[in-house]
Amino acid sequence: MARTPNTSRRALLFGTAAVSAGALLTACTSNETKDQEPAAENAPVADDKPGKQVTIGFAGPQADHGWLNAINDNAKSRAKKYSDVTLEITEGSNDTAQQIGQIQTLINKKVDVLVILPADGKALTQVGLQAMRAGIPVVNLDRVFASPQAYRCWIGGDNYGMGLNAGHYIGEQLKDKKNAKVVELAGLDNLELTQQRTKGFDDALKNYPNIKKVARQAADFTVESGQAKMAQLLQAQSKFDALWNHDDDQGVGALRAIDQAGRDDFLMVGGAGAKSAMDAIKAGDSVLKATVLYPPTMAASAIDLARALGQGKGVGGLAEFEIPSSLTLYSAVVTKDNVDQYLPTGFI
Amino acid sequence: MTQPATRAQQEAPTPAAKSAGERDSSRRPWLRWDVRTLSLLGVLAVLVAVGGITAPDEFLATSNLQLVLTQASVIGVVTVGMTFVITSGGIDLSVGAMVALASVWATTVATQEFGFAGILFTAVIVGVGCGLVNGLLIAYGRMVPFIATLAMLASARGLALQITDGSTQVVSVKSVLDLGSRDSYVLGVPPLVLIFAAVTVIGWLLLNRTTFGRRTVAVGGNAEAARLAGIDVRRQRLYLYLLSGLCCGIAAFMLIVLAGSGQNTNGNLYELDAIAAAIIGGTLLSGGRGTIVGSVLGVLVFTTITNIFALNNLETAVQQIAKGAIIVAAVLVQRRSPHGDS
Repeated sequence: MARTPNTSRRALLFGTAAVSAGALLTACTSNETKDQEPAAENAPVADDKPGKQVTIGFAGPQADHGWLNAINDNAKSRAKKYSDVTLEITEGSNDTAQQIGQIQTLINKKVDVLVILPADGKALTQVGLQAMRAGIPVVNLDRVFASPQAYRCWIGGDNYGMGLNAGHYIGEQLKDKKNAKVVELAGLDNLELTQQRTKGFDDALKNYPNIKKVARQAADFTVESGQAKMAQLLQAQSKFDALWNHDDDQGVGALRAIDQAGRDDFLMVGGAGAKSAMDAIKAGDSVLKATVLYPPTMAASAIDLARALGQGKGVGGLAEFEIPSSLTLYSAVVTKDNVDQYLPTGFI
Repeated sequence: MTQPATRAQQEAPTPAAKSAGERDSSRRPWLRWDVRTLSLLGVLAVLVAVGGITAPDEFLATSNLQLVLTQASVIGVVTVGMTFVITSGGIDLSVGAMVALASVWATTVATQEFGFAGILFTAVIVGVGCGLVNGLLIAYGRMVPFIATLAMLASARGLALQITDGSTQVVSVKSVLDLGSRDSYVLGVPPLVLIFAAVTVIGWLLLNRTTFGRRTVAVGGNAEAARLAGIDVRRQRLYLYLLSGLCCGIAAFMLIVLAGSGQNTNGNLYELDAIAAAIIGGTLLSGGRGTIVGSVLGVLVFTTITNIFALNNLETAVQQIAKGAIIVAAVLVQRRSPHGDS
């Protein structure tokens, strides 16, 4: 079977990222002062040194998309890094009933901690509650459960913040332009996250009265839909100044449509942080000038948190004895100026 | 739908009906401008008027007409193949998955090394290969088409996911990408539209002017009668699913040109779009009657609606509701027509 060398390249990429992150962590902890310290400084903190054995169950949706695939890879490679972590990973599924079944199997196996990225947060709340009642703490990854009782800790991206930061970036670029027009190529409209991204974007644009959003079309997070919807948008809007595209995967298609239409009279901001997008930003030869991050590294962090939970430790750099109950990642804007810093996290 | 279907089945078993069908095809006019086709043309004309009124500057622009035709091309080629399968009384639920598998297989780095020919060849071969499996399972494994192609849907999508590992395979072969650029338009017609036109013409000739076409209609009308009349029904079915696979392979190549990449989500829900277009075009779901012109008009109706809605910046939800309404309206109009059950 023909196969791209993507896997090995990606593995290498994340391996490097993980190792460097690890090195950074060690560097930080080794700088601790030895002076008289308040009690909190004695809090046990999870570090790279092997501790109590922890079995982590991981259940995610079907990785049929670049970002979700990067989530799985991040979780796996981070778990491999720890000699005291065993990862029990289930086959990804977008079917609610199937994912519930998989999580119940992990509960029956009595894993120490569960990391769950539900295909649908609301629909999987009950099984999260079930795990918590069975004494298995749940790290809820990204798509949030409907009840805080269903998880011990939530870590995920900031969809509203993505829209907000994309809007602010575009606003700053166009602030001196009279009657500026922007266009939005949204993601899958029946996902709540799409509405949040749009809300953040609209809220940011309110700060710039000279800018008006003239069109919005939703695509399906796929290259094909990105190309098709963007081609329509370009046809509908003969002139506009900026485009915000919710997702870099569909952005591959959107860029293709822009190229086919021979348009270069606007600036484009992407979303999520795919490597192809960062490469294009770095090259600077297309309309794509920035992308707003939604980092898949959150899966690696979820494994860290799950391990700390299993070992009853806190997080390095924080004073608390336990890990936090909620962590929202920052949606940084990647531009040509800082792209080198973020390029290693770009997913394929 | 049930009513005409049942009647067609009741009529077909008599040998007289079959021979009448044969006779009919020999003196069939070039195009049957029956009420069904005309009503579809009417729908299209109304849509064009709506587009011209709601977005006068954008809709009738040459670049927009090029866009509508281009967007109709990929699904159009798939629909031509689907029309044959449905005419024969079968169904192919795996078309979208075959497009996905063919497109990702053709865009692996290994395949891209062979350039344009490598990508085209791989896409077509994978499509034909999948069609062959479908055909063998249905014709010789005696599996119900619904089930066999459902199995193909699942496994081809799975294989596509495995090949890509969920990632998007961007095409770097310039000659392939160039085929989608404005510079390669022939007298203002995009090459993809030319491919679609060629497939349509060949499909029409094949269905209306050849023994192959007559056999397809006969098998769909009544397989047992066709067998008694000396048609190798099983071989005919094998060829039909092969044909559908071939169309999917061609469509996959076209999609690669259009989107510049292969992704396992390619061709999502093509099966439903192609079936819907064929049905509103006038092809009978229970088999025995098929029309390529109708199918192509069906595809154009859907593409034009999408285009008008995008030009007027309407939401996806509204677009889907309208699509459903159009399907219902088209079928109702056809049932009321005098030829509704012919």
